Amino acid sequence: MGVITLRVNGVELAVPAGSSVLTATRQAGAQVPVLCHLDGLNPIAACRLCLVEIEGSQKLQPACSTEASEGMVVKTDSDQLQHLRRMAVELLFSEGNHVCAFCVASGACELQNVAVAVGMDHSRFPYQYPHRPVDASHHLFSIDHNRCILCSRCVRVCDEIEGAHVWDVANRGGESRIVAGLNQPWGEVESCTSCGKCVDVCPTGAIFHKEDTTAEKHPHAERAQRLRQAREQHQWHHP
Amino acid sequence: MTSSPPRKLRFATVWLAGCSGCHMSFLDLDEFLFDLAEKVDVVYSPVGSDAKLYPEAVDVCLVEGAVANEDNLELALLLRQHTAMVISFGDCAISANVPGLRNLWVGTEAVLDRSYLELADQGGQYPHEPGIVPELLPKVRPLHEVIPVDLYLPGCPPSAERIRLAIAPLLVGEKPLMKGSAMLRFG
Repeated sequence: MGVITLRVNGVELAVPAGSSVLTATRQAGAQVPVLCHLDGLNPIAACRLCLVEIEGSQKLQPACSTEASEGMVVKTDSDQLQHLRRMAVELLFSEGNHVCAFCVASGACELQNVAVAVGMDHSRFPYQYPHRPVDASHHLFSIDHNRCILCSRCVRVCDEIEGAHVWDVANRGGESRIVAGLNQPWGEVESCTSCGKCVDVCPTGAIFHKEDTTAEKHPHAERAQRLRQAREQHQWHHP
Repeated sequence: MTSSPPRKLRFATVWLAGCSGCHMSFLDLDEFLFDLAEKVDVVYSPVGSDAKLYPEAVDVCLVEGAVANEDNLELALLLRQHTAMVISFGDCAISANVPGLRNLWVGTEAVLDRSYLELADQGGQYPHEPGIVPELLPKVRPLHEVIPVDLYLPGCPPSAERIRLAIAPLLVGEKPLMKGSAMLRFG
Protein backbone atom coordinates (compact mmCIF):
# COMPACT_ATOMS: atom_id res chain seq x y z
CA MET A 1 0.00 0.00 0.00
CA GLY A 2 1.32 3.44 -0.94
CA VAL A 3 1.95 6.17 1.53
CA ILE A 4 1.14 9.88 1.23
CA THR A 5 3.09 12.52 3.12
CA LEU A 6 1.50 15.87 3.91
CA ARG A 7 1.48 18.70 6.49
CA VAL A 8 -1.40 19.48 8.83
CA ASN A 9 -1.07 22.64 10.95
CA GLY A 10 2.68 22.47 10.41
CA VAL A 11 2.93 18.82 11.46
CA GLU A 12 4.48 16.53 8.88
CA LEU A 13 2.87 13.10 8.71
CA ALA A 14 2.31 10.05 6.55
CA VAL A 15 -1.03 8.36 5.88
CA PRO A 16 -1.96 5.37 3.69
CA ALA A 17 -2.82 6.36 0.11
CA GLY A 18 -6.56 6.82 -0.26
CA SER A 19 -6.97 8.29 3.24
CA SER A 20 -9.20 11.32 3.65
CA VAL A 21 -7.87 14.67 4.79
CA LEU A 22 -10.01 14.13 7.92
CA THR A 23 -8.04 10.99 8.76
CA ALA A 24 -4.83 12.96 8.35
CA THR A 25 -6.05 15.82 10.58
CA ARG A 26 -6.94 13.32 13.30
CA GLN A 27 -3.55 11.68 13.00
CA ALA A 28 -2.01 15.13 13.42
CA GLY A 29 -3.98 15.57 16.64
CA ALA A 30 -6.16 18.37 15.25
CA GLN A 31 -9.71 18.68 16.59
CA VAL A 32 -11.91 19.08 13.53
CA PRO A 33 -15.61 18.98 14.44
CA VAL A 34 -17.97 16.79 12.38
CA LEU A 35 -21.69 16.10 12.43
CA CYS A 36 -22.59 14.30 9.20
CA HIS A 37 -19.39 12.27 9.05
CA LEU A 38 -19.35 8.93 10.82
CA ASP A 39 -16.58 6.37 10.61
CA GLY A 40 -18.01 3.36 8.78
CA LEU A 41 -20.35 5.35 6.52
CA ASN A 42 -19.50 6.93 3.18
CA PRO A 43 -18.79 10.69 3.52
CA ILE A 44 -21.20 13.19 1.97
CA ALA A 45 -19.90 16.56 3.26
CA ALA A 46 -23.37 17.78 4.23
CA CYS A 47 -22.75 19.64 7.48
CA ARG A 48 -19.70 21.68 6.33
CA LEU A 49 -18.18 21.71 9.80
CA CYS A 50 -15.00 19.92 8.74
CA LEU A 51 -14.04 22.55 6.14
CA VAL A 52 -10.29 23.10 6.04
CA GLU A 53 -7.88 25.33 4.15
CA ILE A 54 -5.69 23.60 1.61
CA GLU A 55 -2.76 25.56 0.21
CA GLY A 56 -3.23 26.32 -3.47
CA SER A 57 -7.01 25.91 -3.33
CA GLN A 58 -9.20 29.01 -3.49
CA LYS A 59 -12.13 27.19 -1.93
CA LEU A 60 -12.37 25.64 1.50
CA GLN A 61 -12.59 21.86 1.26
CA PRO A 62 -14.53 19.39 3.42
CA ALA A 63 -11.91 17.21 5.12
CA CYS A 64 -14.22 14.18 5.26
CA SER A 65 -14.68 13.80 1.52
CA THR A 66 -11.34 15.15 0.23
CA GLU A 67 -8.62 12.63 -0.43
CA ALA A 68 -5.20 13.38 1.05
CA SER A 69 -2.59 13.89 -1.65
CA GLU A 70 1.21 14.05 -1.71
CA GLY A 71 2.66 17.33 -0.46
CA MET A 72 -0.69 18.78 0.65
CA VAL A 73 -0.51 21.62 3.18
CA VAL A 74 -3.64 21.71 5.35
CA LYS A 75 -4.79 24.22 7.98
CA THR A 76 -7.65 23.27 10.31
CA ASP A 77 -8.03 26.10 12.81
CA SER A 78 -7.40 29.50 11.23
CA ASP A 79 -9.45 32.45 12.47
CA GLN A 80 -11.52 32.27 9.30
CA LEU A 81 -12.35 28.58 9.83
CA GLN A 82 -13.23 29.10 13.48
CA HIS A 83 -15.49 31.99 12.52
CA LEU A 84 -17.23 29.97 9.80
CA ARG A 85 -17.67 26.88 11.96
CA ARG A 86 -19.33 28.81 14.74
CA MET A 87 -21.59 30.49 12.20
CA ALA A 88 -22.53 27.11 10.72
CA VAL A 89 -23.48 25.77 14.15
CA GLU A 90 -25.53 28.88 14.96
CA LEU A 91 -27.36 28.43 11.66
CA LEU A 92 -28.11 24.79 12.50
CA PHE A 93 -29.61 25.83 15.84
CA SER A 94 -31.65 28.71 14.45
CA GLU A 95 -32.87 26.76 11.42
CA GLY A 96 -34.61 23.98 13.38
CA ASN A 97 -36.40 23.72 16.71
CA HIS A 98 -33.60 22.57 19.00
CA VAL A 99 -34.56 22.89 22.66
CA CYS A 100 -31.91 21.11 24.75
CA ALA A 101 -33.93 21.67 27.94
CA PHE A 102 -36.31 18.78 27.30
CA CYS A 103 -34.59 16.90 24.48
CA VAL A 104 -34.22 13.14 24.66
CA ALA A 105 -30.57 13.43 23.60
CA SER A 106 -29.45 16.23 25.95
CA GLY A 107 -26.09 15.33 27.46
CA ALA A 108 -25.31 12.83 24.66
CA CYS A 109 -26.04 15.08 21.67
CA GLU A 110 -23.37 15.74 19.07
CA LEU A 111 -24.96 19.08 18.09
CA GLN A 112 -24.89 20.18 21.74
CA ASN A 113 -21.24 19.06 21.98
CA VAL A 114 -20.26 20.85 18.78
CA ALA A 115 -21.85 24.07 20.09
CA VAL A 116 -19.51 23.86 23.08
CA ALA A 117 -16.53 23.03 20.86
CA VAL A 118 -17.01 26.07 18.62
CA GLY A 119 -17.68 28.36 21.61
CA MET A 120 -21.30 29.14 20.77
CA ASP A 121 -22.78 31.07 23.72
CA HIS A 122 -25.75 32.39 21.72
CA SER A 123 -27.04 32.52 18.14
CA ARG A 124 -26.66 35.76 16.26
CA PHE A 125 -29.31 34.59 13.80
CA PRO A 126 -33.02 34.80 14.64
CA TYR A 127 -34.68 31.45 15.32
CA GLN A 128 -36.97 30.40 12.50
CA TYR A 129 -39.52 28.19 14.30
CA PRO A 130 -40.35 26.05 11.24
CA HIS A 131 -43.39 23.78 11.41
CA ARG A 132 -42.09 20.21 11.39
CA PRO A 133 -43.92 16.99 12.23
CA VAL A 134 -43.19 14.13 14.61
CA ASP A 135 -43.76 10.63 13.22
CA ALA A 136 -44.54 8.18 16.05
CA SER A 137 -46.13 5.52 13.85
CA HIS A 138 -43.32 2.97 14.30
CA HIS A 139 -43.91 0.58 17.19
CA LEU A 140 -40.42 1.02 18.69
CA PHE A 141 -39.00 4.32 17.50
CA SER A 142 -40.05 7.89 16.66
CA ILE A 143 -38.62 10.59 14.44
CA ASP A 144 -38.96 14.23 15.51
CA HIS A 145 -38.16 16.36 12.47
CA ASN A 146 -37.82 19.45 14.68
CA ARG A 147 -34.48 18.07 15.89
CA CYS A 148 -33.20 16.83 12.52
CA ILE A 149 -30.11 18.51 11.04
CA LEU A 150 -30.29 16.53 7.75
CA CYS A 151 -26.91 14.89 8.29
CA SER A 152 -28.32 11.83 6.48
CA ARG A 153 -26.53 9.33 8.70
CA CYS A 154 -29.83 7.43 9.02
CA VAL A 155 -30.18 7.35 5.24
CA ARG A 156 -26.66 6.00 4.81
CA VAL A 157 -26.58 3.49 7.65
CA CYS A 158 -29.88 1.97 6.50
CA ASP A 159 -28.71 1.81 2.88
CA GLU A 160 -25.03 0.94 3.27
CA ILE A 161 -25.04 -1.32 6.32
CA GLU A 162 -28.53 -2.62 6.95
CA GLY A 163 -29.30 -2.80 3.22
CA ALA A 164 -32.94 -1.84 3.73
CA HIS A 165 -32.86 1.75 2.39
CA VAL A 166 -35.90 2.91 4.33
CA TRP A 167 -34.81 6.56 4.46
CA ASP A 168 -34.30 9.29 1.89
CA VAL A 169 -34.01 13.08 1.81
CA ALA A 170 -37.03 14.66 0.12
CA ASN A 171 -37.65 18.19 -1.18
CA ARG A 172 -35.21 21.10 -1.52
CA GLY A 173 -33.73 23.89 0.62
CA GLY A 174 -35.66 24.79 3.76
CA GLU A 175 -38.34 22.24 2.89
CA SER A 176 -35.86 19.35 2.89
CA ARG A 177 -36.67 16.54 5.24
CA ILE A 178 -36.02 12.89 5.89
CA VAL A 179 -38.79 10.62 4.59
CA ALA A 180 -39.48 6.95 5.25
CA GLY A 181 -40.29 4.66 2.31
CA LEU A 182 -42.21 6.52 -0.38
CA ASN A 183 -42.95 9.41 1.99
CA GLN A 184 -45.06 7.14 4.20
CA PRO A 185 -45.55 6.96 7.95
CA TRP A 186 -42.51 5.06 9.25
CA GLY A 187 -44.64 2.36 10.83
CA GLU A 188 -46.15 1.50 7.44
CA VAL A 189 -42.83 0.95 5.65
CA GLU A 190 -42.51 -2.81 5.24
CA SER A 191 -38.83 -2.71 4.28
CA CYS A 192 -37.92 -1.41 7.79
CA THR A 193 -36.38 -4.27 9.77
CA SER A 194 -36.70 -2.37 13.09
CA CYS A 195 -32.94 -2.91 13.59
CA GLY A 196 -32.47 0.48 15.28
CA LYS A 197 -29.27 1.40 13.43
CA CYS A 198 -30.72 4.80 12.52
CA VAL A 199 -31.36 5.44 16.22
CA ASP A 200 -27.79 4.43 17.06
CA VAL A 201 -26.16 6.82 14.60
CA CYS A 202 -28.49 9.86 14.79
CA PRO A 203 -26.29 12.64 16.22
CA THR A 204 -29.22 14.51 17.82
CA GLY A 205 -32.53 13.59 19.43
CA ALA A 206 -34.30 13.36 16.05
CA ILE A 207 -34.57 9.55 15.98
CA PHE A 208 -35.06 7.88 19.34
CA HIS A 209 -36.45 4.93 21.24
CA LYS A 210 -40.03 5.60 22.25
CA GLU A 211 -39.49 4.75 25.90
CA ASP A 212 -36.69 7.32 26.29
CA THR A 213 -37.59 10.73 27.76
CA THR A 214 -35.49 13.84 28.50
CA ALA A 215 -31.74 13.14 28.46
CA GLU A 216 -32.28 9.37 28.32
CA LYS A 217 -31.01 8.65 24.81
CA HIS A 218 -27.72 6.77 24.61
CA PRO A 219 -26.59 6.69 20.98
CA HIS A 220 -24.11 4.14 19.71
CA ALA A 221 -22.42 5.75 16.74
CA GLU A 222 -19.53 3.26 17.02
CA ARG A 223 -21.73 0.28 16.06
CA ALA A 224 -21.84 1.22 12.38
CA GLN A 225 -18.05 1.22 12.19
CA ARG A 226 -17.80 -2.11 14.02
CA LEU A 227 -20.24 -3.75 11.65
CA ARG A 228 -18.31 -2.50 8.66
CA GLN A 229 -15.02 -3.74 10.13
CA ALA A 230 -16.60 -7.08 10.88
CA ARG A 231 -17.74 -7.51 7.31
CA GLU A 232 -14.77 -6.08 5.45
CA GLN A 233 -11.85 -7.06 7.67
CA HIS A 234 -13.43 -10.07 9.39
CA GLN A 235 -12.78 -8.54 12.78
CA TRP A 236 -15.67 -9.88 14.78
CA HIS A 237 -14.45 -9.21 18.27
CA HIS A 238 -13.76 -5.87 19.83
CA PRO A 239 -11.95 -5.32 23.08
CA MET B 1 -5.10 57.22 58.19
CA THR B 2 -7.39 54.38 57.16
CA SER B 3 -8.37 53.91 53.53
CA SER B 4 -12.07 53.66 52.79
CA PRO B 5 -13.29 50.15 51.90
CA PRO B 6 -13.69 49.47 48.16
CA ARG B 7 -17.06 50.45 46.78
CA LYS B 8 -19.44 47.49 46.72
CA LEU B 9 -20.76 46.40 43.34
CA ARG B 10 -24.41 47.24 42.80
CA PHE B 11 -25.85 43.86 41.82
CA ALA B 12 -29.28 43.01 40.44
CA THR B 13 -31.17 39.98 39.15
CA VAL B 14 -34.25 40.17 36.95
CA TRP B 15 -36.89 37.55 36.17
CA LEU B 16 -38.56 37.89 32.78
CA ALA B 17 -40.32 35.01 30.90
CA GLY B 18 -38.69 32.04 32.59
CA CYS B 19 -39.67 29.40 35.12
CA SER B 20 -37.49 30.90 37.94
CA GLY B 21 -35.27 27.82 37.72
CA CYS B 22 -32.20 30.01 37.06
CA HIS B 23 -32.96 31.95 40.25
CA MET B 24 -33.41 28.69 42.15
CA SER B 25 -30.01 27.61 40.85
CA PHE B 26 -28.63 30.98 41.98
CA LEU B 27 -29.93 30.24 45.49
CA ASP B 28 -28.14 26.89 45.27
CA LEU B 29 -24.88 28.88 45.53
CA ASP B 30 -25.29 28.18 49.26
CA GLU B 31 -22.31 29.50 51.27
CA PHE B 32 -20.98 31.50 48.30
CA LEU B 33 -24.03 33.71 48.83
CA PHE B 34 -22.40 34.93 52.06
CA ASP B 35 -19.23 35.88 50.17
CA LEU B 36 -21.36 37.56 47.55
CA ALA B 37 -23.36 39.47 50.16
CA GLU B 38 -20.11 40.90 51.54
CA LYS B 39 -18.95 42.12 48.16
CA VAL B 40 -22.14 43.41 46.56
CA ASP B 41 -25.23 45.40 47.37
CA VAL B 42 -28.24 43.54 46.02
CA VAL B 43 -30.21 46.50 44.74
CA TYR B 44 -32.94 44.66 42.83
CA SER B 45 -33.86 40.96 42.74
CA PRO B 46 -36.94 38.76 43.15
CA VAL B 47 -34.93 36.59 45.56
CA GLY B 48 -32.68 39.13 47.27
CA SER B 49 -34.31 42.53 47.55
CA ASP B 50 -37.65 44.18 48.31
CA ALA B 51 -37.06 47.00 45.82
CA LYS B 52 -40.03 47.31 43.46
CA LEU B 53 -38.47 49.72 40.99
CA TYR B 54 -35.29 49.04 39.02
CA PRO B 55 -32.67 51.43 40.42
CA GLU B 56 -30.06 53.56 38.69
CA ALA B 57 -26.32 52.91 38.38
CA VAL B 58 -26.36 49.10 38.59
CA ASP B 59 -23.01 47.43 37.91
CA VAL B 60 -24.06 43.85 37.10
CA CYS B 61 -27.47 42.38 36.32
CA LEU B 62 -28.34 38.73 35.73
CA VAL B 63 -31.42 38.54 33.51
CA GLU B 64 -33.37 35.29 33.53
CA GLY B 65 -36.03 34.64 30.92
CA ALA B 66 -37.05 35.60 27.42
CA VAL B 67 -38.90 38.75 26.39
CA ALA B 68 -42.51 37.63 25.99
CA ASN B 69 -44.81 40.45 27.09
CA GLU B 70 -44.97 44.23 27.40
CA ASP B 71 -43.75 44.19 31.01
CA ASN B 72 -40.71 42.10 30.03
CA LEU B 73 -39.89 44.52 27.23
CA GLU B 74 -40.28 47.62 29.41
CA LEU B 75 -38.07 46.19 32.16
CA ALA B 76 -35.45 44.98 29.65
CA LEU B 77 -35.17 48.46 28.11
CA LEU B 78 -35.07 50.10 31.54
CA LEU B 79 -32.40 47.82 32.97
CA ARG B 80 -30.18 48.28 29.94
CA GLN B 81 -30.31 52.03 30.48
CA HIS B 82 -29.16 51.73 34.09
CA THR B 83 -26.77 48.75 34.02
CA ALA B 84 -23.09 48.56 33.11
CA MET B 85 -22.98 44.80 32.53
CA VAL B 86 -26.06 42.87 31.42
CA ILE B 87 -25.82 39.08 31.57
CA SER B 88 -28.21 36.78 29.70
CA PHE B 89 -28.82 34.31 32.49
CA GLY B 90 -29.85 30.85 31.26
CA ASP B 91 -31.24 29.38 28.05
CA CYS B 92 -34.54 31.34 28.02
CA ALA B 93 -32.74 34.69 27.98
CA ILE B 94 -30.27 33.36 25.39
CA SER B 95 -32.53 31.48 22.96
CA ALA B 96 -36.12 32.03 24.22
CA ASN B 97 -35.99 28.26 24.93
CA VAL B 98 -39.31 26.84 26.22
CA PRO B 99 -41.28 30.13 26.35
CA GLY B 100 -40.23 30.62 22.72
CA LEU B 101 -42.10 27.51 21.64
CA ARG B 102 -45.25 29.59 21.38
CA ASN B 103 -43.62 31.19 18.33
CA LEU B 104 -44.71 28.02 16.50
CA TRP B 105 -48.13 29.70 16.49
CA VAL B 106 -48.13 32.92 14.53
CA GLY B 107 -49.40 35.96 16.44
CA THR B 108 -50.81 36.40 19.94
CA GLU B 109 -54.39 35.62 18.96
CA ALA B 110 -53.56 32.09 17.81
CA VAL B 111 -51.62 31.48 21.05
CA LEU B 112 -54.40 32.83 23.26
CA ASP B 113 -57.07 30.88 21.34
CA ARG B 114 -55.12 27.68 21.78
CA SER B 115 -54.31 28.22 25.47
CA TYR B 116 -57.43 29.88 26.84
CA LEU B 117 -60.25 28.79 24.51
CA GLU B 118 -59.43 25.48 22.79
CA LEU B 119 -57.79 23.90 25.83
CA ALA B 120 -60.19 25.34 28.42
CA ASP B 121 -62.24 22.76 30.34
CA GLN B 122 -65.20 25.13 30.48
CA GLY B 123 -66.00 28.81 30.16
CA GLY B 124 -62.83 29.68 28.27
CA GLN B 125 -62.00 33.38 28.00
CA TYR B 126 -59.05 35.62 27.23
CA PRO B 127 -57.19 36.98 30.26
CA HIS B 128 -57.97 40.69 30.08
CA GLU B 129 -57.06 43.09 32.87
CA PRO B 130 -55.41 46.18 31.43
CA GLY B 131 -52.70 47.60 33.68
CA ILE B 132 -52.43 44.33 35.64
CA VAL B 133 -52.06 41.47 33.16
CA PRO B 134 -49.44 42.52 30.58
CA GLU B 135 -50.25 42.03 26.91
CA LEU B 136 -48.26 39.37 25.05
CA LEU B 137 -45.80 40.49 22.39
CA PRO B 138 -46.36 38.96 18.93
CA LYS B 139 -43.16 36.90 19.31
CA VAL B 140 -41.09 35.70 22.23
CA ARG B 141 -37.52 36.90 21.72
CA PRO B 142 -34.11 36.26 23.23
CA LEU B 143 -32.84 39.18 25.33
CA HIS B 144 -30.04 40.09 22.91
CA GLU B 145 -32.56 40.71 20.13
CA VAL B 146 -34.09 43.46 22.27
CA ILE B 147 -31.10 45.04 24.06
CA PRO B 148 -27.31 44.66 23.78
CA VAL B 149 -26.03 41.91 26.08
CA ASP B 150 -22.52 41.82 27.54
CA LEU B 151 -22.19 38.18 28.65
CA TYR B 152 -24.03 34.91 28.03
CA LEU B 153 -24.41 32.32 30.79
CA PRO B 154 -26.16 29.30 29.27
CA GLY B 155 -27.85 26.33 30.91
CA CYS B 156 -31.35 25.23 31.76
CA PRO B 157 -30.68 26.12 34.45
CA PRO B 158 -26.98 27.00 34.65
CA SER B 159 -25.60 24.99 37.58
CA ALA B 160 -24.73 26.87 40.76
CA GLU B 161 -21.07 26.07 40.07
CA ARG B 162 -21.27 27.61 36.59
CA ILE B 163 -22.95 30.71 38.04
CA ARG B 164 -20.22 30.99 40.67
CA LEU B 165 -17.45 30.62 38.07
CA ALA B 166 -19.12 33.32 35.95
CA ILE B 167 -19.72 35.93 38.65
CA ALA B 168 -16.68 35.44 40.92
CA PRO B 169 -14.31 37.09 38.39
CA LEU B 170 -16.72 40.03 38.05
CA LEU B 171 -16.32 40.77 41.75
CA VAL B 172 -12.63 41.47 41.19
CA GLY B 173 -13.17 43.42 38.00
CA GLU B 174 -12.39 40.62 35.55
CA LYS B 175 -14.47 39.02 32.82
CA PRO B 176 -15.02 35.27 33.11
CA LEU B 177 -13.76 32.96 30.36
CA MET B 178 -16.90 31.34 28.98
CA LYS B 179 -15.32 28.32 27.34
CA GLY B 180 -15.67 24.54 27.41
CA SER B 181 -18.36 22.21 28.66
CA ALA B 182 -18.26 23.47 32.24
CA MET B 183 -19.25 27.00 31.19
CA LEU B 184 -21.09 26.74 27.88
CA ARG B 185 -23.38 23.72 27.47
CA PHE B 186 -27.03 24.46 26.65
CA GLY B 187 -29.75 22.47 28.39
